Amino acid sequence: MIVAEHVSKYYGSFPAVRDLDFQIGHGECVGFLGLNGAGKSTTLRMLAGVLEPTAGNIRIGALDALRDGKSIRAQVGYLPDRPPLYDDMTVEDYLAFAAALRGVASGDVGGRVGDVLQTCALQQVRALPIAALSHGYRQRVGIAQAIVHGPALLVLDEPTQGLDPVQIGEMRALLRRLRGRHTILLSTHILAEIEATCDRILLLHEGRIAAEGNEAELAKRFGAGGRLELEVRGLWATVEAALQSCGVRSAQRLGDVTGAAGREDSVIRVQVEADGDRREEIALALVGAGAGLLGMRRLTSGLEAAFARLQAESDAEARANPSLGA
Amino acid sequence: MQSQSQSPPLPGQLRQIGTLFRRELGAIVRTPSGWIIAATVLLVDGLLFNAFAVGTGAKLSSKVVEDFFYFAAGTTMIASVLLAMRLLAEDRASGAMALLLSSPIDEVAIVLGKYLAAWTYLAGLTAISLALPALVMINGKVSFGHVLAGALGLLLLGGATLALGTLASSLARSQLVAGVLGAALVVVLLLAWLLAKVSDPPLKAVLQHLALFDAHFRPLQRGLLRLSDVVFFASVIAFSLGAATRVLGHQRWS
Repeated sequence: MIVAEHVSKYYGSFPAVRDLDFQIGHGECVGFLGLNGAGKSTTLRMLAGVLEPTAGNIRIGALDALRDGKSIRAQVGYLPDRPPLYDDMTVEDYLAFAAALRGVASGDVGGRVGDVLQTCALQQVRALPIAALSHGYRQRVGIAQAIVHGPALLVLDEPTQGLDPVQIGEMRALLRRLRGRHTILLSTHILAEIEATCDRILLLHEGRIAAEGNEAELAKRFGAGGRLELEVRGLWATVEAALQSCGVRSAQRLGDVTGAAGREDSVIRVQVEADGDRREEIALALVGAGAGLLGMRRLTSGLEAAFARLQAESDAEARANPSLGA
Repeated sequence: MQSQSQSPPLPGQLRQIGTLFRRELGAIVRTPSGWIIAATVLLVDGLLFNAFAVGTGAKLSSKVVEDFFYFAAGTTMIASVLLAMRLLAEDRASGAMALLLSSPIDEVAIVLGKYLAAWTYLAGLTAISLALPALVMINGKVSFGHVLAGALGLLLLGGATLALGTLASSLARSQLVAGVLGAALVVVLLLAWLLAKVSDPPLKAVLQHLALFDAHFRPLQRGLLRLSDVVFFASVIAFSLGAATRVLGHQRWS
């Protein structure tokens, strides 16, 4: 559905985004993940038709952004990192205004506004001025304006930014409701957010796509996802043998949780290092060896490892070329 | 990859212009600044009318009306700059501009919708202030044409300064900067006659023609309606709004 071809954006001589190439299928939920300044917002602004690239092109369906910018904007709903709200308007009036701007027929505006008020759980505040809303409600109004015209593509820049844990949960629930109805692109630097929401991840680093895939694929690529903490009932020798049989790099006994050491009913904690995500193999090996697997917790997710690797590479490059950081 | 956004609005865009017009007019009326500007303009108009236009000595009615339009021109220009400075800069500062730029609406429609709303508000203020020359018409001898020409002059002068302010607002990220820039543009055109005095031909003729108030409002203030003045004001409006449209669209996909 979306094809980006060699897309670059320069602010003066500063390259915010360089030579992006990617494709996104219909109905996918794709996350743009990256550190601050990685080029996420710039990419999303170009996809939303708000910002023109310095080079390259974007196609959405049969439409070419160079020729059909206006038609593309009619099919895109965009929530920038700061919701584009008018504080002096009521929620309902604002959404009606957004619908009219996006070309919803006059007779349909009321119905569309009613639908999005319900979808985004805004009925209680429909008559309030936007200035009076909490941050969570403002974010929801921001999403409501992005979907009020029923766009095929939804572009959300940091939709959970600044929300408290309860509001984040509500926002995730809202995003889950929107999946299937729209192709969704969202950006965030919060790993848990993208793990919880997206089918696929584009990892941006310094304006380029550093990696692409789902979480497991990224974990494998960056050699992460393999640091695990296990809680196992059984003899250490049995546990150690089982772990070695499934190819873990190292297994370290952290201590006994209950029971005396060396007994079959004692519960021990073990830290395991493996290449990639080996959770299934580890569980099968332990159960197969007669040990009781009571718990398994990842100490580092694949995305965290990817971030750490990218940051380390960036730091190393800055040390090697001090002039680049100036 | 330049935006082709200066074409005149098509009938299909009129609804979007209307939508923006209603929102913008509503914003002026809903916020205190709109009422403060209105109250100040009408108060100052009244004070200047009583203190200077009517004055204490004997005066011809037509001279009173002429002086009213002279002073009202000043308040109209100040009100225009104040109304215009928020039109685009405020949306850019608050982030609301993203809603407009991500919508399937041309830049010219955004500029026109906002501009026309401010101009309508200004026209409303002008209409109310015309109560003062109307008093002179009742109690003295003033031609209706004189008042009509003066009122048209205020609308054109206000429209031109509002358009210059809109251009400034499209260039600035903050209302304050937009206000200062808009005022500077207006002052340059106001003082063009002064610059003309110390210039040589052909620049002298150009500056004389650009003198917003001296060359083009004074005839209207006296009740003299000339096509050349109307064309001048219309040109300033068209140029300024066209430039604002280009500024707004230069980074966006066409």
